Amino acid sequence: MAMSFEWPWQYRFPPFFTLQPNVDTRQKQLAAWCSLVLSFCRLHKQSSMTVMEAQESPLFNNVKLQRKLPVESIQIVLEELRKKGNLEWLDKNKSSFLIMWRRPEEWGKLIYQWVSRSGQNNSVFTLYELTNGEDTEDEEFHGLDEATLLRALQALQQEHKAEIITVSDGRGVKFF
Amino acid sequence: MDRFVWTSGLLEINETLVIQQRGVRIYDGEEKIKFDAGTLLLSTHRLIWRDQKNHECCMAIPLSHIVFIEEQAAGIGKSAKIVVHLHPAHPTKEPGPFQSSKNSYIKLSFKEHGQIEFYRRLSEEMTQRRWENIPVSQSIQTNRGPQPGRVRAVGIVGIERKLEEKRKETDKNISEAFEDLSKLMIKAKEMVELSKSIANKIKEKQGDITEDETIRFKSYLLSMGIANPVTRETYGSGTQYHMQLAKQLAGILQVPLELLSPEDLVNACKMLEALKLPLRLRVFDSGVMVIELQSHKEEEMVASALETVSEKGSLTSEEFAKLVGMSVLLAKERLLLAEKMGHLCRDDSVEGLRFYPNLFMTQS
Repeated sequence: MAMSFEWPWQYRFPPFFTLQPNVDTRQKQLAAWCSLVLSFCRLHKQSSMTVMEAQESPLFNNVKLQRKLPVESIQIVLEELRKKGNLEWLDKNKSSFLIMWRRPEEWGKLIYQWVSRSGQNNSVFTLYELTNGEDTEDEEFHGLDEATLLRALQALQQEHKAEIITVSDGRGVKFF
Repeated sequence: MDRFVWTSGLLEINETLVIQQRGVRIYDGEEKIKFDAGTLLLSTHRLIWRDQKNHECCMAIPLSHIVFIEEQAAGIGKSAKIVVHLHPAHPTKEPGPFQSSKNSYIKLSFKEHGQIEFYRRLSEEMTQRRWENIPVSQSIQTNRGPQPGRVRAVGIVGIERKLEEKRKETDKNISEAFEDLSKLMIKAKEMVELSKSIANKIKEKQGDITEDETIRFKSYLLSMGIANPVTRETYGSGTQYHMQLAKQLAGILQVPLELLSPEDLVNACKMLEALKLPLRLRVFDSGVMVIELQSHKEEEMVASALETVSEKGSLTSEEFAKLVGMSVLLAKERLLLAEKMGHLCRDDSVEGLRFYPNLFMTQS
């Protein structure tokens, strides 16, 4: 599963897998981890994960270096991502999560920009059309997973730029 | 409740039992306490309470301590009671279940009835005051109870006992130990003689240890930093001693010291800086204490530590200690300080704890 993913230099630095006690050092370390998690998930098109999967994934487990980030530290990294708006827990036990390399608000913005650009305000779309329709093939949000899309639209809804509605075979959205 | 004293429960000669009643609970003022089921005995001289389950738990109040008594009738779910108001406890009162109490009265609750008769008899004794006319032995006041387990040694007897115990525990001869210490202390010879004399007296049970000898002996112990086991006084001349020692330490650090308690050494070191001596005590975050030269700058050492670590890529405390030629403990403290200052970071794994240059900060 290596693909053409380029690991950052920290990934080959053993201290990266030990939570640093020095506060300033830790800040840098966690920022690097957050960045790595998001780019990893983006490339592998992984929108959700369980904590157990994460522990064994090459993301947190560098087999060659013989270092793994301990689960308590993984939790801390995930919490950082949650605070930044890139992660959402899918259950109360915090065993699985939604990971969004772009925050829902940012996706919302992109979608709305396309809607305006193409003069389609006051149009109605099904969720499927938005992410899988021909018209959006060139757009970044093409192929976006439904969970993230929904949150993006909810963000727009908050701004009164859209409304999520029910259509014949599922859900859709009306843009204003 | 602090008026009660522990007692064997046995009546003295000339002390007569008047009445007794089972199933009595004691209250300290309005508060329920653990003495909830006992036999209450009234004698010509005392009020005695003995635990029904544990007969060794037995306490008493002399009747002379009672100011007055009141009755409290039974109610729904409440037993009849006698309220006993008491004089304050005597300062030299023997040990009892409570050292102190904010209440000056107790309540006796008669869970198995018998309150009316008991009250009648107690009132009678309070009126007749037979204890004033019938002397009993002083030991009525002095019997000890089962709790708390610690024997309170008082006076010379206690010191003797403690000395004897200590002597048995240690292998060294007392005078030999004190002879070693005399190299640091003024008046050591006198102290040695004193201790020998005391040691002999205990061993051969010759005569009494005079009070004067005991006081001198205790003061010598204190000045050597040995806490007094009996009275736990704070160091009288201790501070003086530590100051002296601090001055000497600065001069004689290279000479192996023969016998010195660690506490004394640390206390003396705490004074180094204040006394403007060329050494000082440094305490690391971990609690480790070291003596260093005033001129030593640990922070500068950290910079050179970083160089060393960078050269080797990474180092453990042991590897660093070996390279630089210092103790592993001090090597670790230096690396930890470097980490605290942000120069190093750590790799903690099953392979051990290694320190690396802090690339998190230096590399983008």
